[in-house]
Amino acid sequence: MESEQILGRLAETMPGAVTAHDTALDGILNIHTTREKLYPLLQTLRDDEQLGFNFLTSLCAIHYPENAGQELGMIYHLHNWAKNVRIRVKIYFPKEDAHVPTVSTLWPSANWQERQEYDFFGVVFTGHPDLRRILNVDDMEVFPMRKEYRLEDGTRTDKDDRFFGREGHEGRSFD
Amino acid sequence: MQVQSYFSSLDNLDGELATLNLGPTHPATHGIFQNVLKMDGEKIVSGEPTIGYIHRAFEKLAERRPYNQITPITDRLNYCSSPINNMGWHMTVEKLIGCELPKRAQYMRIIIMELSRIADHLVCNSVIGVDTGALTGFTYMFQERERIYDLFEEVCGSRLTTNIGRIGGMERDFTPAFHAKLKDFLKTFPPRFEEFGGLLERNRIFMDRCIGAGPITAEMAMAYGFTGPNLRAAGVDYDVRVMSPYSSYEDFDFIIPVGINGDTYDRFMVRQEEIRQSLKIINDAYNNLPEGAYHADVPEFYLPDKPDVYTKMEALIYHFKVVMQETPIPVGEVYHCVEGGNGELGFYLISDGGRTPYRLHFRRPCFIYYQAYPEMIKGSMLSDAILTMSSMNVIAGELDA
Repeated sequence: MESEQILGRLAETMPGAVTAHDTALDGILNIHTTREKLYPLLQTLRDDEQLGFNFLTSLCAIHYPENAGQELGMIYHLHNWAKNVRIRVKIYFPKEDAHVPTVSTLWPSANWQERQEYDFFGVVFTGHPDLRRILNVDDMEVFPMRKEYRLEDGTRTDKDDRFFGREGHEGRSFD
Repeated sequence: MQVQSYFSSLDNLDGELATLNLGPTHPATHGIFQNVLKMDGEKIVSGEPTIGYIHRAFEKLAERRPYNQITPITDRLNYCSSPINNMGWHMTVEKLIGCELPKRAQYMRIIIMELSRIADHLVCNSVIGVDTGALTGFTYMFQERERIYDLFEEVCGSRLTTNIGRIGGMERDFTPAFHAKLKDFLKTFPPRFEEFGGLLERNRIFMDRCIGAGPITAEMAMAYGFTGPNLRAAGVDYDVRVMSPYSSYEDFDFIIPVGINGDTYDRFMVRQEEIRQSLKIINDAYNNLPEGAYHADVPEFYLPDKPDVYTKMEALIYHFKVVMQETPIPVGEVYHCVEGGNGELGFYLISDGGRTPYRLHFRRPCFIYYQAYPEMIKGSMLSDAILTMSSMNVIAGELDA
């Protein structure tokens, strides 16, 4: 199944759901969508006979503090076992309004994975049956994987982003 | 369905419901897991697992570590088969930088990875024996596992958390001692392993104990994200080594064993057969080990020989650049997965061109399939729940990251 076929089929069944697409370095098709269309899109990818992405490989959140209005994102890896094709679905949304529909009703395996991303990024999965922290302590107040939480002592100047090959962040670390 | 009808009415309860705190440090769970169980006598009504006791923030740590310093983190995921994690990570970076390994390096990796798969499955299967009351096999199989660790020690110097291999290949060629020990292992391990199999595989007590304990259907297993031996025991022949071959697995002919019922016995038998298949792969790889280099020619990532660093300008420069992480990294994202001891171990790496990953997400098979555990033990006896957990091979390091 080629990328064109997947995109063609999606344009037929869900016009307008795919807002952008590209092919990643590893050859996997990335499709971008909106938060409103995410759930029906994933459901179509799973249930449509021609698409058949039956397996949710993983889901993870990501934080881009510099993308105003689209700071947080969710990335879903799906896998069609019959045809051995993988696909990535991505959405971005503002940090102040970090909620995403749960997919644990489509794949039970998403249950703990969504709890994990809530735990680390503070993404709220609406409709999740049991959205609690999972790996961190229950009374933790921050979402530690967000970029504003630094790994080292904030006063150190020898470990800022310049020393990790990231230009344009001189003397600071995403904060 | 049977389970549901059993508990659909409280009249079926034998006595009062009791809450039993199994763990976090219970000797029978072989790791730090807590399960708060609601018990009706010896039957489990419901279970609530708590995890995260050994969470070490690997994903956060990885965002502040250069690529070669992330390998030791991966050791501590599934520490029963660290080399598979290490090499899965190396292959992820190699995919990002577009580095192709010589055949010899790939075959060497396969030998190491299959040895660690054997070590991983040996622990799991002999522990299933222990939990059913057969300690003897465990003591013998752990001696065999020690011999596999001796082999790792010959290659990389360490045994459990191996940090084996490098980005771009292996750190050194197999030593003469490794060749001797591997030949000895390939000769003497199979009969000893068959003796272990003979003790348990058709043992009436063992079979009565394992058959029907903690079953899961193929549909449920797929919905819960099972991969690896646990999924194959339910009858689905999904194996990353065949589905998306890496490191030249496509050169080898091996069978993917599958079970039928997805119960403890099937999981045990699938792992038994996988050990035999792994032995076959190791034999094939070792007997056909190609000549050539044991690492790719990627001086930007692979450390030069130490004597060269002292005598050659170019080697000195590259040594400095590798150690100080002065190498530009491509921008992009890659997902790479390997067949770990427990299933599809995935690395999702997003690079923004910095010397550390912008984001690194581990797909940890244990974490994903352990959430089905309460479902699998509902309505079963406490002793079966223990057995189900050992046969699922939940490794705390991989569970908690």
